[in-house]
Parts: sequence; structure tokens; C-alpha cells
Amino acid sequence: MKRSPSAAGKHPAPVSGAISLDSTIPKTHHIAETRKLTEQVGLIRVAGTFGAKAGQFAMVWLPGLDEFPLSIADDDGEHVTFAFFAVGEGTKALAALKKGDLIGLRGPFGTHYRCDEAKRVVVVAGGYGSAPMRFAAKTVVTAGAQLDVIVGAKTEAMLIFIEELKALKPASMTIMTDDGSAGRKGFVTDALEELLVREGKTIDWVFTCGPEKMLTGISAMCHAHGVRAQLSTQRYFKCGNGMCGSCVVDPIGIRLCQEGPVLDNDTFRAVSEFGAYRRDGLGRKQNC
Amino acid sequence: MNLSRILLGVTFANPTVLAAGPMGIVGSGWAAIVRAGAGGITTKSCWLEAHEGHPTPVAISTPHWTLNAVGLSQGGFDAAKAEIETFRAASKAPLICNIVAESVDHFGETAARYVTLHPDFLEVNISCPNVESDFGKPFSSNAKDAAAVTHAVKAKSGKTPVFVKLSPNVPNIGEIAKACVDSGADGITAINTVGPGLAIDLKSRMPILSNKVGGVSGRGIKPIALKCVADIYAATGGKTPIIGVGGVTTGEDAMEMLLAGASLVGIGTAIAERGLDVFGKVVEEMQAWGDAEGVKDVSELTGAMHRELSSRGSPYA
Repeated sequence: MKRSPSAAGKHPAPVSGAISLDSTIPKTHHIAETRKLTEQVGLIRVAGTFGAKAGQFAMVWLPGLDEFPLSIADDDGEHVTFAFFAVGEGTKALAALKKGDLIGLRGPFGTHYRCDEAKRVVVVAGGYGSAPMRFAAKTVVTAGAQLDVIVGAKTEAMLIFIEELKALKPASMTIMTDDGSAGRKGFVTDALEELLVREGKTIDWVFTCGPEKMLTGISAMCHAHGVRAQLSTQRYFKCGNGMCGSCVVDPIGIRLCQEGPVLDNDTFRAVSEFGAYRRDGLGRKQNC
Repeated sequence: MNLSRILLGVTFANPTVLAAGPMGIVGSGWAAIVRAGAGGITTKSCWLEAHEGHPTPVAISTPHWTLNAVGLSQGGFDAAKAEIETFRAASKAPLICNIVAESVDHFGETAARYVTLHPDFLEVNISCPNVESDFGKPFSSNAKDAAAVTHAVKAKSGKTPVFVKLSPNVPNIGEIAKACVDSGADGITAINTVGPGLAIDLKSRMPILSNKVGGVSGRGIKPIALKCVADIYAATGGKTPIIGVGGVTTGEDAMEMLLAGASLVGIGTAIAERGLDVFGKVVEEMQAWGDAEGVKDVSELTGAMHRELSSRGSPYA
């Protein structure tokens, strides 16, 4: 099966005896743990490993009901974790599952965050985009780079993985909420702008995931400050393995499930539809 | 070896085309496929009005086979028009517009509408095996229905050449191809997916596709596709252009398809295995093989198996 160049052949070997979840077709597994992180965000853990890297995603199948992509919130070699907003029919059904129930998985798919030789990485997580960013932050620490975290949500009740991020002992951690109910009042982009103005020259990468409006803002900001960025993007992933073409973006014609979802800022900036429109499941353009 | 091919007045830089279905929705994606080496592209099946298709999962792949029941989801004429215009602005390569409808009359109406977008060819999908629960047996199941659709499309398609895409899931594909040609088809595309087939998850004991069954494509169906193309070539006296589709993954596969009788070669599922670059890779492999064999023009290869057999006094059919 074709995988993205950055994903191919670089998966860490599973911990000895761990169950390999790596599959191109859905296979069902018993859920090891479920938890509610916030009113809307659920967590599911399955024993085994994809050998996935931060930023990659899996297709989650609920037999007889639905299949949809979820970013991988963690893959520690023994368990794979998903954190998801229960907003659609499929994710609400997923949130209703209990320990021992079956879910189907296939993956891992797509590109991932790369630390390369970075000395300092700023991880910026906004709203539902926080799910994969704890995994990304962990990758930064493992790579031996300095980690700075900016995490935001509409309200305190919608923040996730705050304790887990603190446990990584970032050099700085800024919490932003739209209503000021936790941390500072404002957006993650406000905090990032300040950091880039102050210390942009010392930052090798900005890793980010969040709503598209936030991503387009961060893309422009990083470009203006000459700081490189990797941004996790989203479109309708129907098949997940680069065949159906539902996630092709204009005008460069790349498939976000293969050449993405994590894009370098140069590629992100070459996609003119970000922040403007997206296609639905039938290929019809809808305004963002 | 010269790889460019003029077919029914349309010039293809090489004989590979994107087959209908995969990567079939977005115009900028088609342009990317031409940049990756394809000689032309075929759109996903286009309807007059938007059509939902089946819920996910709709497509799963292994190295041996792909199973799909996308269910002909597409956004209708306006969505297709926008994408075709995007493609035309970005690429000069030929565009084959695949159309689909649920009745003979609607096929005519759909053809009339889509020829206004000036596709290089129309390709008529009467052979999808994934929508039987919605529309019954495909029109390609028998010669009479296939001919009726061909007639309806030809009556409305003006000067745009019409290819009819056939199913391998019939006892005698040659007879159906001949009926289409006798009704005015300018060419035949073969094959659509095989089956349908089924994949079952062990623990849940459930079929994986939401549609339960889906059409089979990928490497394993190539021998079936080759046989169908050879049958069609023989049944139509080697005079009808054929777009050969089914399991083509390498340059050697493409060569075989030409020898069986194809003039152009569709590639789709191989994208899963070799990436979008599959087109450029296949073309390179064809070029290397043709040069090594001393073939001057790729058109010499079309139907060459039939000529070889005849020269030995043992015709294919």
C-alpha cells in the first residue's frame, strides 16, 4: 500500500509482543478503555500499536454504521489513543461505546510532524485541534528540542490534555480562552504573534492544528516572521488511502489524506482554497 | 517508440488515461494526474442531478484487490462543469467525460447536457455493479438494453465520440459490444469492476462495506480484463477503438492490454499501490520495452496478438 514518503518505512518497531494494528482494511478490536475528557470530548484506547507518528490518522469503523477519520492522539507502542469531539452521528455513536466493545481500525495514514534537527518547537493547539498536539508535543520532547506550548479553546471546559501537556515540562505554556475562563482571554494566534515578535529568531518550527481560520492566520503570521511551520489540515477523507480523490485541494491537486494532513507552510500557502471553501462528499464547493 | 496516439481525431501524448472513478471529482487533481504522466483523464461518472452514493466505508484496498461501492456519488452537472473548466484552464490533455443515468431517456438527456462542456469523448457508464439495490441490473447485462442506451446517447451527442463502458460480469461481452457498435457507439471501454465481491470482518462477523458488496478491481482482475478486451476486439472486427481497463499496474500490463486490442489503457486502482506517479512510471516502462523491442509506433501493438495468432493459422475467435 502506498504511504506518504515521510510515513513510509519509518514506523518504529512495536514493543515486543505488542499487537500490530497496522492494516489497510478495517479490522475490529476490543476497546481497552473509554473516558470522557469534557462534555463533548471522548477518549478511546485500544491495545496495540500502529507504529504511528504524531499527526497521522486512522479510519475508525463502526460496523454497520459508519467509517470516519480520526487523528491519532497517542501511540506509545502498547496502546493507541483517540480523542474526539462527539459532534456527528458517527462520533456520537463512538462516544456511546464501552470497554470491551468492538471498533474497526485501519491505518496509519498520512504525513506527520517532523522535528528534523530542531532545537526549539512551538506547539499551537486550538479547540478540537488539541487532540493530536499532545502526541506532537511528546515527539518534540523525545527529539530533545525545547518545547513551548500554546493551547486554546472557547472556554475552560473545552480545554483538553492540559495536565498531560504540563507533565511534558514545556519551557513555556500559555493557555488562552475566548471568554477568559482559563488562562488569558484571547486567541492562540494572539499569544503566538507575541512570541514570534519576541523570540521568532530562536524558533525552528511551529507545529499547529486547529480550526481552518486559525491555521490560515498562523500560516500568514509564520511566513511574515520567517518562521517555518507544519500545519495539520482537514478535508473530507472518504477512503483514506488516496484513491477516491475527495480530499484533493485547489489549485495544486494534492490529496490531503496522502500528501497531508500535515503540510509544510510553503505547501499550505500554495493551497488557495484554505480559508475560502471546501468540497462536500459529492465534490460540491461549500464556503468555509 | 512513439507513444503518442491519435484516436478519433483526438491526440493523446501517450496511451495511458485515468480510468473513471478514482481521483475523479476534482479538476485540479486531474491536472495533477496529467503532470504525473497520464495521456488523458476520465471523470468520475457524472449525473444530471447530484447523487449521494453509499455511506462509508466505500472502498478498501489490499495489495491483491480493491473492493469499492462508492455508489456513483457525484454533485451533478454544475459541480462537474466547474471542475471541467478548472481542468481545461490548467491542462491541454484530452478529457473523457463519463456519464451515468438511471433510465434510457435520462441517458440521452444527460449526454445532451454534457456535450455542451465539449469533452473529447463521452464515456457511458452502463456497467456499475454497486448500484443494483437502487437501479436493478446494469444496462450492460444484455445486448438489447446496452444497445438502447447507446442509441439514446448517440441521438443527443452530436459529433462527440461515444465510448460505452461494459461489464465483465456477463456470459458474452463481445456480443454486447457488437450491439453497442451496431447502435452507433464509436468505441468501447472495458472493463468495469468485477463481481461484485464481499469482504467480512472476523470479530464483528459483518461485511466491511456499508453496501455489503462492491466491485473488485486491482492487479488480480487483469486476466479477466484482457480476455474481455480480446473478445471485444474480435467481435468488432478490430475496427472499434477500445479503452482497456482492469488491473493495469505496470508498463508490461499496459502492453498486454494493447496486444489484446486496446488503443488506450485506463489506470485507476494502481494509484493505491504506486501513487499518482503510476502514470509516468507505466509510460517509462512502456517506452523502455518498446525501444528495446524496436517498435516504432505504439499503434503497431494494438491487436497484435490477434494478428500473430492469425498468421499462425489459429485465429483468436
